[in-house]
Amino acid sequence: MRVELEALSRSFPGVRAVQDVSLAYEPGRLYALVGENGAGKSTLMHLLYGMLPPDAGRILVDGRPVRLAGSQDAIRLGIGMVHQHFMLVDTLTVAENVVLGAEPGRWGRLDRGAARAAVRRDAERFGLAVDPDAPLESLSVGEAQRVEILKVLYRGASFLIFDEPTGVLTPQEARGLFAILRRLRDEGKTVVLISHKLDEVLSVAEIIDVMRRGRHVGRLAREEAGAERLARMMVGREVLLRVDKPPAAAGPPVLEARGLGVRRRPGQAELADVSFILRRGEILGVAGVEGNGQRELAALVTGLLRPEAGELRLDGRPLRGLTPRRARDLGIRHVPEDRQRTGLVLDMSLRENLILGEEGSPAAGQAGVILPGRVAALARRRVAEYDVRVADTRQSARALSGGNQQKLVLARELDGDPRLLVACHPTRGVDVGAIEYIHRTLLAKRTRGLAVLLFSSELSELLALSDRIGVLYRGRLTAVLDADVVDEETLGLYITGARGVADA
Amino acid sequence: MPRKPWRRALALAVEALWPPAAALGLSFAVGTVIVAAIGENPLRVLPLIFAPGLGSADGFARVLFDATPLILTGLSVAYAFRAGLFNIGGEGQLYLGAFLAAWVALALPGLPRPVALPLAVLAAAAGGALWGAIPGWLKARFGVHEVINTIMMNFLAVGITGWLVERYLQEPGQMIPHTAEIPAAYQLQPFARGPAGAWLGLDRANPLGASLLVALAAAVVVALVFRRSVEGYRLRAVGLSPPAARYAGIAVGGVTVRAMAVSGALAGLVGVHEVLLYRHRFLDNFSSGLGFLGIAVALMGKNHPLGIVLAALLFGFLNTGALEIDIFTEVPRELVVVLQALIILLVVSFSELALWRRRRRRRREEAA
Amino acid sequence: MIGLLLGTLRTATPLLFAALGGMFSERGGVVNIALEGILLVGAFAAAAAAYYSGSPWLGVAAAVVAGVGLAALHALVSLRFRVDQIVSGVALNMLALGATEFLMWIFFGSGSNSPRLGSPGLPATAGRLLVELPPLTLLALLAVPASSWLLFRSRFGLRLRAVGEHPEAADSLGLPVHRLQFYGVLLSGALAGAGGAFLSLNAHYFVKNMSAGRGFIALAALIFGKWRPGGILGATLLFGFAESLQGHLDLPWLPVRFMQLLPYLLTMVALVGVIGRCRGPAAVGRLFVKD
Repeated sequence: MRVELEALSRSFPGVRAVQDVSLAYEPGRLYALVGENGAGKSTLMHLLYGMLPPDAGRILVDGRPVRLAGSQDAIRLGIGMVHQHFMLVDTLTVAENVVLGAEPGRWGRLDRGAARAAVRRDAERFGLAVDPDAPLESLSVGEAQRVEILKVLYRGASFLIFDEPTGVLTPQEARGLFAILRRLRDEGKTVVLISHKLDEVLSVAEIIDVMRRGRHVGRLAREEAGAERLARMMVGREVLLRVDKPPAAAGPPVLEARGLGVRRRPGQAELADVSFILRRGEILGVAGVEGNGQRELAALVTGLLRPEAGELRLDGRPLRGLTPRRARDLGIRHVPEDRQRTGLVLDMSLRENLILGEEGSPAAGQAGVILPGRVAALARRRVAEYDVRVADTRQSARALSGGNQQKLVLARELDGDPRLLVACHPTRGVDVGAIEYIHRTLLAKRTRGLAVLLFSSELSELLALSDRIGVLYRGRLTAVLDADVVDEETLGLYITGARGVADA
Repeated sequence: MPRKPWRRALALAVEALWPPAAALGLSFAVGTVIVAAIGENPLRVLPLIFAPGLGSADGFARVLFDATPLILTGLSVAYAFRAGLFNIGGEGQLYLGAFLAAWVALALPGLPRPVALPLAVLAAAAGGALWGAIPGWLKARFGVHEVINTIMMNFLAVGITGWLVERYLQEPGQMIPHTAEIPAAYQLQPFARGPAGAWLGLDRANPLGASLLVALAAAVVVALVFRRSVEGYRLRAVGLSPPAARYAGIAVGGVTVRAMAVSGALAGLVGVHEVLLYRHRFLDNFSSGLGFLGIAVALMGKNHPLGIVLAALLFGFLNTGALEIDIFTEVPRELVVVLQALIILLVVSFSELALWRRRRRRRREEAA
Repeated sequence: MIGLLLGTLRTATPLLFAALGGMFSERGGVVNIALEGILLVGAFAAAAAAYYSGSPWLGVAAAVVAGVGLAALHALVSLRFRVDQIVSGVALNMLALGATEFLMWIFFGSGSNSPRLGSPGLPATAGRLLVELPPLTLLALLAVPASSWLLFRSRFGLRLRAVGEHPEAADSLGLPVHRLQFYGVLLSGALAGAGGAFLSLNAHYFVKNMSAGRGFIALAALIFGKWRPGGILGATLLFGFAESLQGHLDLPWLPVRFMQLLPYLLTMVALVGVIGRCRGPAAVGRLFVKD
């Protein structure tokens, strides 16, 4: 199946997401589409998948123009998409998820046997081992992704789009996925991989398209592309792929964990016997595959969760009965994982968000009364100091871009020189400019004595910022490594448990 | 291009007012059809709803009297809603408030008026607060949604107060299930009996009294709490995003219990109106849905204290008018209940519609 | 003993109908607080149709139609006009209360209750137990396996569950999210309407506000029964048992007025007991908006 995009354009309020993009895809090839966050990659693929109508331009399949009124039209034509955020229903089984919307059976009956057989057949042909009767919530992330692929194949797709598929995978799982992609190509399918990770694109794709600010800026064969060249095309200027990190000048211990533990519960991972020391002026990174206890460790330090074993000490004094309130009063600050859900109240103004957690402090008012003048002054100062780009601090936080929202959280959490910062995925989903800014700010605060416990799923980020990196695997701290001597590949082995337990 | 400030204000006012106005208009249109369908003249029946209230000072005072408990129950709903809680338990909370006010008065007959009156007011608030705090606590402690629990507690409140009256406080020799009259020190007298009555042109039997002032004071206090207080900020943070509030160190459970308690207390203050002013006793099963009407009032008033006072006034008109319809026409007075329900349904629909239109327009302006 | 069993089955009948109805609505992701109003409207429609036609079965049909009508209004207001589902439910309950009181005057000329009504029956040849067991109770019991099949073994059920759990996923596969939710809500109206018919026809009268909170108790039974037909059957039997105890248990130290409160108290206790040990459809109460 040959697919062509002709002069496609699509705008959103305030953004021209895709501008005049023309591309052609041949069957049996493996393509990649790269670009920064917000460059228009996902929007372009959503146009192709029928989830959005284009403002202008057209799509041709095998030379004939097609109109896509919805994703079902795309599916009918043989176009399938494996979404970045899995579109899977947790409470259904693998087979039910695969056939949903195109179920076998007559007279309204659901033929479970046929569904199961169909899953087995495709699973075998493309090497996607998974149990059709397993409930989806029991699967690992890698397995769930295979279900997504099976779903697309079950619908007879010959053109498969993978939207940032490795974001949630370990390096080892990612290699497994790439093997599947090559197998799909060998079976004659067209594969398009959307990504912003240059190394993986260079290792798997044959043809690489680059987008920048909604425009298609070039197509390269793998042989002619290199990381530096691609990066330059993506950003439009020279970029430093590494930040300069001044040498550590770690002082006395700020945070000590001794034998910390919590039990496994629904929605909560286990944590056992976690001990470490975090010093003044030091960034301690924590690496691990999601669900290995990172979330629980961050919650323990910020008072959101109580330890069931062991203890935490701040400046040598034990932290007993820690609550988020007390943690804050003691100078422990938190940049939470999900800024939209837990970091900000999106429907409050910037001003109000900047006093969240300090609403009862003299900075905001006195005697139970909030003084708008003080709040406005505080907001103006913080917004200016932390480079939050807004015209008016009365506008709602919802209206800000991801990068500005994250800077808003940083402004609140870093202002007033706290003792300790727990930063969870501080650059997730923000643009390159904001990433640079956030990295510089964290390093600057570290130089001024801030202790940082940094959680990130981007191994490169951990390596760039941390002084030492602890590895969490199945709730245990299996290694603490010097960030200067490890690389991503080694770290990958640690976080998957291939290394660490025996030689820790 | 900056627009003139008065035009902006006008546009804002139109935006805020068209949904309730349209809802009112459309439900009266439906009312017209209903009245015509049962063979009465709509032009005669519907004006009767507003005639008494607009006809004389005395009539308007009766409307204010009917509006008084609705201001309180409306504020009650709005207060809980600020924290994202849906208190459908106003009905039960006002029973507890009224009962406790009557019980305190009957249990402590010898107190002097300056002690007795505040004590009874406090008792009314405390009764409601208790009944509100229980579902609040169940939500904070166990995560049980407050909607079903507050409804269940309505049934429990009516049942329990009824039983207590029957068993311990029944006025001897009476068939009607109510308590004896409360002592004079606890009684509020209608304005009509005082010096202002004749001056205002009120009929001797006009029931309007100081409970209106209590309700208006409550509206002012609630407005201040919402706009200017730390507690108001926390209510809003919890209401808009409980997880963000929790991460920031706000005790979500505590805010939830307090919000439900205050919400209950506001509903409980209906006891001041019902027991201290109106009946001077507790009557079993006295409220015909004042708590539920509070939900309507809060929705119509957009959970804003001033809006609530205005919406309560409108519903006061409807309640006063219902009596008129009953007396002078063949149309059942329940027509008014149907109209009230239609008004809420339409006002919430139109408000959402207005909200979506506003969002869409803003997005289009940003795009331009 | 047989009396208590029959009493339990009878009092459980409207709850079972309403809770199964609520299951279809909530499995599709729509909270239906309006069950209370649907029961009431169903009871009234059954009474009016049975009284004027003389046929109790026509009453049942009218109740189902009226229930579907009110449910359609709920779906329209909460899905199309995007009003909060609880707000819509509360408003519809008020409408149901007001409308039935108003129409009582029009249809029966009374503000308190209807004239005596007949109830649907089976021929006497069906055997004693079947005769004593109202046919609507039998229907309710049959609705349990039928609902189970529809929810877990049919195409519609699979799609409905997917929509209530993860509407975005269903949408990405081209399923019509709102239409499926609409059907779920209509089904809840039909079932709860039948439950309402049982209320008035079994009592032989329609009485003002005769649903008396049963719609809400049914919602609690739905949660207590973990959104599954079998669990709902168990939960409604428990609530039915608590309600029918009134007539069969005579304890001098326990006032009758307290016995009447038992179902409400039990509802609260049951909710506390079940929370945390199970969860409902993930997207329940959240409007799916396609952007």
